[in-house]
Amino acid sequence: MPFRLIARLDIKGPNLVKGIHLEGLRVLGRPAAFARKYYEDGVDELFYQDAVASLYGRNSLLDIVKETAQEIFIPLCVGGGIRSRQDVYNVLRAGADKVAINTAAIANPDFIREAAEEFGSSTIVAVVEAIRQPDGGYLCFTNCGREYTGVEAVAWAKRLGELGAGEIVVTSVDREGTGRGFDLDLTRRIAQVVPIPVIAHGGCGSIKHALDVVQKGHCDAIALASILHYDAVKKIPVDLAEFADEGNTEFLRYHRQDGFKLVASTTVQDLKKQLAAGGLHPRMPEAAHV
Amino acid sequence: MSDRSPRVAIIDFDLGNLFSVAQACRKSGIAAEITNDPKAVAAADALILPGVGGFPKAMESLKRRGLIAPIQDAAAEGKPIVGICLGMQLLMQSSTEFGETPGLGLIEGNVVKLPEIAGPNDRNLPIPNVGWSPVAPVRNGMPWKGTPLAGTAPGSMFYFVHSFFVQPKRVQDELAATAFGTTTICAAVGRGNIFGMQFHPERSGAVGLNVYKTIDRITRGKLQA
Repeated sequence: MPFRLIARLDIKGPNLVKGIHLEGLRVLGRPAAFARKYYEDGVDELFYQDAVASLYGRNSLLDIVKETAQEIFIPLCVGGGIRSRQDVYNVLRAGADKVAINTAAIANPDFIREAAEEFGSSTIVAVVEAIRQPDGGYLCFTNCGREYTGVEAVAWAKRLGELGAGEIVVTSVDREGTGRGFDLDLTRRIAQVVPIPVIAHGGCGSIKHALDVVQKGHCDAIALASILHYDAVKKIPVDLAEFADEGNTEFLRYHRQDGFKLVASTTVQDLKKQLAAGGLHPRMPEAAHV
Repeated sequence: MSDRSPRVAIIDFDLGNLFSVAQACRKSGIAAEITNDPKAVAAADALILPGVGGFPKAMESLKRRGLIAPIQDAAAEGKPIVGICLGMQLLMQSSTEFGETPGLGLIEGNVVKLPEIAGPNDRNLPIPNVGWSPVAPVRNGMPWKGTPLAGTAPGSMFYFVHSFFVQPKRVQDELAATAFGTTTICAAVGRGNIFGMQFHPERSGAVGLNVYKTIDRITRGKLQA
């Protein structure tokens, strides 16, 4: 099975945002435009994470999912605020293929089991947001890395597999948004104990980081944000008037051509070429998507 | 002979990503209706049977909604039927998922769990099997001409997500194969007007949409015949 490259889009209200350690979110544009670009560039999957867990209401995540699913024909995983079977159902009906669950699973592990039984394991993606501890262990956090749970991350990941999750996203909150590279130790420890696919997330700042986490972190897929977004934001046309009253738009207004100093941003195509040159086997995009 | 557009029923049994199947139909010019009404299924010119989730629950849902007879009748009448992922598995005689459960029995063979195979880094290949994999015709299997894969280049990549796979009894019913680690597994089945794909063409970009366009041509062809 070729190696998978997943574009992760953090969403707040109608906007694609990016922070550091899942905090300090700056507006980069509209998610649909970025999703479209990554689709055309040959990304293997999309992962939408709502930073403020707002499934419903006007301009909600469900609306963005619906809009995406009408025009984009690759797998879409959606997370953020999924707490009940009805939430799962609604997100799938809006056009998602999989749902990502973190907070609700920690609060009630049976939710994973019940959701996997009802919707199929392959639909349920569990998220482990971990922070490294002074003793070298890892603890899980919820609500975008803000809330302490005391749950040990590796044992919890194993349990999530047993409960029926079909994949695990391993987010290093320490590395997320920093461009310092994935947490190889965290990813590898979890990959060694779970029989389901492991998606590494958080910290990719260069192609070498991506190669490292596959070869030394033993993951099955990588989720990328900054390294793709800070390239795409230069190329996607933006009407600043649309963003008049929305969040932290200073970067979008004044600095979007500057890039982000912590990451060597690039395109999906270039990343795949470089990964192939490094000995991995990503899916090489065919002719342009329709 | 008819000039009207074919009506395609996407069978809704509460499981699965019907929306993406419906969107792929729309994008490919297929007039499709999501339905769980046995009358609408019986009246359709072609059926798409989607689905993810568990085999027993899916069969139970089809039975409860009175959908088994109309699907089998459509098969006997020569209408095109396309099963996708779990929908493909349901075409078979039986599945071993959660004990032995009978399927629709439109294609001989059964559904079994993916084998445990050693992968890199002292790990078994992960199950579910998730990702894009190349799909190729099978020697002595069903030729692609006249099937939903007619316009597909051998080796094209499609998106898979599954823990079980089908084992048709007769090699003639194998429409396509793919690799799972060091082994080869069935990726698509076909027999006459019945087709099944383990992968998700509606999630496989342009090559996948092309499969839907081919399904549209097959359906229109049947209607004209």
